[in-house]
Amino acid sequence: MQIIIVGCGNVGSTLAEQLSKEGHNISVIDERSDILQSVVNNSDVMGIVGNGASYSTMKDAGIEAADLMIAVTDSDELNLLCCLIAKKAGNCHTIARVRNPVYKREIGFIKEELGLSMVINPEEAAANEAARLLKFPSANKIETFARGRAELIKLTIEEESVLCNKSLKEVQSELRSKVLIGIVSRGEEIFIPDGNFVLRARDEISVIGSTRDMIAFFKRIKMPTAGVHSCIIVGGGETAYYLAGQLLSVGVDVRIFERSRERCKELATLLPEALVIHADGTDKDRLMEEGLTTVESFVSLTDLDEENIMLSMFVHSLSKKAKRITKVHRAGYEDIIGSLDVGSVLYPKNITAERIVQYVRGMSNSFESNIETLYRMDDGRVEVLEFLIREDSPVLGVPLQDIRLKKGILVACINHRGEITIPSGQSKIAVGDTVIVVTTSTGFHDISDILA
Amino acid sequence: MNYSMIRYVLLKVVELTGALMTLPMMVAAVYGEWEDAEMFAVLVICCFLIGFIGGKVFRPVNRVFFAREGFVVTALSWLLISMIGALPFVLSGTTVSYVDALFETVSGFTTTGASILKDAGAVRYGVQFWRCFTHWIGGMGVLVFMLAILPMADGYSMHLMRAESPGPAVGKFVPRVKDTAKILYVIYIGFTLIEIVLLKIAGLNLFEASTLTFSTVGTGGFSLVSSGCKNYPLAAQTIMTVFMALCGINFSVYYLILTKRFKEAWHCDEMRWYLIAMLGSGSLIAVNIYRAGLVATPYLAFHHAMFTVSSIMTTTGFATLDYNVWPQFSRTLLFILTLIGACAGSTGGGLKFSRLVILVRNVRNELIFTIHPKSMRRVMMDGHSVEGTTVKSVSAYLACYVFIFFGSFLIISTDGFDFETNISAIAATFNNVGPGLNMVGPIGNYGGFSDLSKIVMILDMLAGRLEIMPLLTLFSFRTWKK
Repeated sequence: MQIIIVGCGNVGSTLAEQLSKEGHNISVIDERSDILQSVVNNSDVMGIVGNGASYSTMKDAGIEAADLMIAVTDSDELNLLCCLIAKKAGNCHTIARVRNPVYKREIGFIKEELGLSMVINPEEAAANEAARLLKFPSANKIETFARGRAELIKLTIEEESVLCNKSLKEVQSELRSKVLIGIVSRGEEIFIPDGNFVLRARDEISVIGSTRDMIAFFKRIKMPTAGVHSCIIVGGGETAYYLAGQLLSVGVDVRIFERSRERCKELATLLPEALVIHADGTDKDRLMEEGLTTVESFVSLTDLDEENIMLSMFVHSLSKKAKRITKVHRAGYEDIIGSLDVGSVLYPKNITAERIVQYVRGMSNSFESNIETLYRMDDGRVEVLEFLIREDSPVLGVPLQDIRLKKGILVACINHRGEITIPSGQSKIAVGDTVIVVTTSTGFHDISDILA
Repeated sequence: MNYSMIRYVLLKVVELTGALMTLPMMVAAVYGEWEDAEMFAVLVICCFLIGFIGGKVFRPVNRVFFAREGFVVTALSWLLISMIGALPFVLSGTTVSYVDALFETVSGFTTTGASILKDAGAVRYGVQFWRCFTHWIGGMGVLVFMLAILPMADGYSMHLMRAESPGPAVGKFVPRVKDTAKILYVIYIGFTLIEIVLLKIAGLNLFEASTLTFSTVGTGGFSLVSSGCKNYPLAAQTIMTVFMALCGINFSVYYLILTKRFKEAWHCDEMRWYLIAMLGSGSLIAVNIYRAGLVATPYLAFHHAMFTVSSIMTTTGFATLDYNVWPQFSRTLLFILTLIGACAGSTGGGLKFSRLVILVRNVRNELIFTIHPKSMRRVMMDGHSVEGTTVKSVSAYLACYVFIFFGSFLIISTDGFDFETNISAIAATFNNVGPGLNMVGPIGNYGGFSDLSKIVMILDMLAGRLEIMPLLTLFSFRTWKK
């Protein structure tokens, strides 16, 4: 597809790189030529210096032939204006990043009247992600497939876990589990394991299966499956507001630490049920006073990455049980931060980019590819894809054991009319199924790409 | 430095060279030159084997690629393809020494057209085809061709394109490098086919038509006989004049025309300056040679003047008349045109008109700044302001250009030829024109120079084609430092 991206910040450049790799033709518009230059050097995209809301700049970028325009500048108003111009000039799909809560309340009207295809609020998206993790605190990361029927959950194996030093075969037979361990990352290395693979403590594994089987599996390995009951949030920004709102609605006890008195007043008005504490979140005594040692979850959402990381590590030293979520803005140091004891890490910009990429995949699905969902994990070294099987597919009706696959590929799940199964050698694939595949290769567009 | 990736690209270049040599092999076979055909066949097979096996053995682990690798790989690719391309000349006995063969090949790939052969007419068909075909390959660029056809277009490909394409600022037409490279080649192949057909209609045989076309659209200038293009019909000469001029224009103009953006195409500053300079100097020279009584009619004077100007400005280097015997004014004007060259983004060489425009406008701004010390002015080009860094790099380029020019001039003067021969030889090789004045004039050749001078000129030709910086990075200590 022809895609125009306005705004070349973190989200814009991540999108440009990602979407260009997936085979779309990308033009990027930004007023800062030096930043544009670095994006053009890193990815195979065309850069245009100019104001994205100007018609002539849009024309230079090829708006007339574009299928999609994504506006992710810093300014909400500019983003909306870009969408309006693009819609009128090119009659294409438009996506805008809008973060001001004032517009958020009127988003339905704005979307309708401006003809937007998607509006993304980075703070809200990050809050949603955090809330999802707090509902299932054993997971480091949760991704969904098959319209939410199947899940991929990432977790770390603790020293005392029953999974320790077991081979996958033993796990399968002893726990009678109906889920599949699809990816194991151990230090720097990534494995797509087979039955003889032995799990060790500190391995991070990705488990794939239906939502119901997943809960059973977690019960058997004695990890908590219920959501948290109490939560301390440090930093009372927009993300904290959205997160607290969601948590309160399901009856979680929420305490928010915020430094600024004015903001505290605002939060207290907006969230009357929450306990808003006007204190510096890094003040150890205040935290202890408010029950840090007994709280079930801790979310650090201040504007400083260093503070967030430090707080999470501090909480870990106090209580091994508490679920921690750490917000990190700066991209590019994922591996270092991942090696620290900071619990789940939220990258708001990556989340925003990921949501948009998912929308684009859905869109291009109707154009040329059969990918329903795609997740890139572990720095893009592993892809988990969900393919839709069409009538002319070469894998139809053949038992899986007779299909010769490329190296480093695992068929993880088959979704047959909403029923999720972990395939065996005899399993066959039918028309209309979706198949979840784990692979260390990239650039697959169709199920036939996995064949050797 | 990512050596594994550099090695991988170089192996692909070897493979590509092999593929390209299949054409002269077929030509040699068609004309019954079995020995030459066999030689080409052996070379093709060797290239394929090296490329294929090497590609299997040395798979690049890490595909990260930065500007530095882009420059180095471009320079090395050109050296490598020249070294392989020189083999047919030595093996077929066309030249005696390898340095001579290398000179001829580099002159071919860099679209210079300077020859060391005393009698170009004596070269056999297959080798002659290869000689002219190197112009065609080098014209648009080897790596651009690879980008267009090979599945290697990742983020790094822009570094390759930038290192190989001529001009101060290289842009893309469409988001993807691969598609941009394809568009360039489609336009290029289009011109080639049209010219072959037109020359055929003008009365040349197919071999002459195709080889001359390669020399014209690549703005190279190898001619099939030592007397140049003197003996071809006037119509054929006119066709060549037009196509040389067309291929000296920035190819982005043709893309704009193809996409029906005529207004933007017409507003290309560089093209306007280029066309004005061409018509202006053509007319001046026509008057000059007509008044000197060297041509019979005003029409012929204009015809030959335009052919020569078009040939020199686009850095092709064909000649219909020996301009060496023209009046001093014409010779000097032609020498100056040699230095300027054609447009950026074309197949021509030289300093490029876009650089000239930027330099002239920058000087004008400096002048205004001296008079009004508080004034703010930007260098404008095609209605946009030019980045400060581009203006700076153009100035630096000019400085490098002058240093290399005079350095080489000093070295080759040790051979003891006259001043005009030496300075025009350097100008003609460094700007990829081909023929110079006096001994290296249109009917002369470069055979008389010593090996040292030839090597200096080989490097000058490569530096000129690759616009200095890629070649300089090869010789920079920092490039190779871990």
